[in-house]
Amino acid sequence: MATSSAVNLLLRAAVASCHRLPSTFRGVARLGSPGRFFHASAPARLSSEDKITVHFITRDGDKLTAQGKVGDSLLDVVVNNNLDIDGFGACEGTLACSTCHLIFEEDVFKKLDAITDEELDMLDLAYGLTETSRLGCQICLQRSLNNMVVRVPESSADVRQSVDIGKNP
Amino acid sequence: MGRSGGIMRWKRMSAFRFLVPSGSPTGIKRLLSTDGLIPRICIVGSGPAGFYTAQHLLKHHRLAQVDVYEKLPVPFGLVRFGVAPDHPEVKNVINTFTQTARSDRCSYYGNVTVGKDITVKELQKAYHAVILSYGAEDNRTLGIPGEDLAGVYTARAFVGWYNGLPENRDLKPDLSSETAVVLGHGNVALDVARILLSPLEILRKTDITEDSLAILARSKVKRVCLVGRRGPLQVAFTIKELREMINLPNARPFLDPTDFKGLGDVVKDAPRPRRRLTELMAKTALGEPGEEVAGRWASASREWSLKFLRSPLEVLPATDGKRARGIRMAVTRLQGSGEMAKAVPTGEVEDLLCGLILSSIGYRSLPIDPALPFDSKQGIIPNNLGRVLGAPGLYCSGWVKRGAVGVILTTMNDSFDTAQFVLEDLQSGALDVSKAKEGSELVRSILQSRGIHPVSFSDWEKIDAAEVARGKLAGKPREKIVDPQEMLELISH
Repeated sequence: MATSSAVNLLLRAAVASCHRLPSTFRGVARLGSPGRFFHASAPARLSSEDKITVHFITRDGDKLTAQGKVGDSLLDVVVNNNLDIDGFGACEGTLACSTCHLIFEEDVFKKLDAITDEELDMLDLAYGLTETSRLGCQICLQRSLNNMVVRVPESSADVRQSVDIGKNP
Repeated sequence: MGRSGGIMRWKRMSAFRFLVPSGSPTGIKRLLSTDGLIPRICIVGSGPAGFYTAQHLLKHHRLAQVDVYEKLPVPFGLVRFGVAPDHPEVKNVINTFTQTARSDRCSYYGNVTVGKDITVKELQKAYHAVILSYGAEDNRTLGIPGEDLAGVYTARAFVGWYNGLPENRDLKPDLSSETAVVLGHGNVALDVARILLSPLEILRKTDITEDSLAILARSKVKRVCLVGRRGPLQVAFTIKELREMINLPNARPFLDPTDFKGLGDVVKDAPRPRRRLTELMAKTALGEPGEEVAGRWASASREWSLKFLRSPLEVLPATDGKRARGIRMAVTRLQGSGEMAKAVPTGEVEDLLCGLILSSIGYRSLPIDPALPFDSKQGIIPNNLGRVLGAPGLYCSGWVKRGAVGVILTTMNDSFDTAQFVLEDLQSGALDVSKAKEGSELVRSILQSRGIHPVSFSDWEKIDAAEVARGKLAGKPREKIVDPQEMLELISH
């Protein structure tokens, strides 16, 4: 759809910067209006070198490959690329839920920025928590993460069969 | 405005993700050619369970028409009336729910009480499937003498009051006691304690109601003691809420070191959430606070504490026989260990003097229609993975399905599960859509004959705009309208 891709382009410009929350922001965050952390900074000049590629392995085992800019969070990547992951990012990156839980490969996990207590607190409530789990909204893309593979965890204890009506059986 | 424009677009787009059916063209063709009938599905309740169920159905079925019915004029259930006013970020889920409600295939009907204005049977006549997602509108009671004395409130009513729930708007709790006791060790107990102890300048910038602010401004409460029947290893609150209490400005935690000695070793191999939660309590109780924290606690004028192994026996009356003067508690010990440990009385009794008692021992669902099966012991609708037992075409999701536990994420997953089973039943033919149903057309005519005027989603958006405008004047995100009549007048019903 033409309109949708036009909106999407605008979006890429709007959600340009990573909204990772330093723990010192939290006092403010509690009082903030929804969405205050989505800075609409000026779009950076994009060259192919600025793009970081991320591969998401979905709950169904499909591989979704998308790109983002250095400084984008993994939540930005999912939203900007319109990736189909059910329920991802419910609190819109404000560290108030754990729906953007992702599982990393060990060597990638070691390269990620340090984790705050507040992120750990929310991760504690995540389904399928692992030793290499993080919240996507708190992970900012950096060059060393190019081509990383991240896994979307199972969402619940039940094994939910994927039925999609309108999709091939 | 450029900045907020960007934010709006982000939200809109992020919500589109949920609603655009992701299907290959061949699959769609196949579906249209074989079973082109529109499944009409209705959802009872517009809280997170209702909206997440609707979202999943709309996203994964390209024809389904989903209508959401709500008792109150306004939508979103506990996101509006349960989530604490100082947790605005949790309410961001409303943006996604709003996009769901704006979908061409979704309609919202507020101000309709299912079980009173229209029966479940009538809904079943109008729809192929009815999903009950009406939550838990009742609370467990203590069942002890003195529970009805003045000064004793349920946390449920207290939360409803400060969040502007119409039925609790006149609660006007008496906060003239310096000591408050909260019975319960869950997140609602911590929410209530935090609202009682938070500095007014923090609450003033939230969407807490004007009336609550005025009463909290005159509050004399200095100490809040949270009492639990079991021990520190059995608390039900989560670490985020505990950390907020510990970091609360102008309030000092008082955790008895003897309650926590040696617990670090006990939880070494416990699952991570329990381990980290216990370690944070133990560190607060036993550790030396840094200079800054020590200074903050020393100058704090308010205090909160956790009291373990006490089970309420009786609310003690003041000499007038009308007001609460304190609470008598049985000292307990644990039988067994871990999550399943039971509290048994030791025979010892302890009194705690306080003029304000808030019981926060859990919510429970109610049966809304005599035609519905209901398990009154567990306070849920008997179901197998969301399919109501012995009632084809009836489903449930959220708290009415599994009891009043868990955070929004739990309800989200649980609602997606129920929606998925509805889709499976549609696909297998267990849910028969071969006969067309009238859906909301039929319901509207029934409601009209009974003089009921449903509130539409665009009506709600008018109420929403009015609330936001009123809030702006007071420097708040919104000023909630607490009188349903006023809401209806606003949209000229």
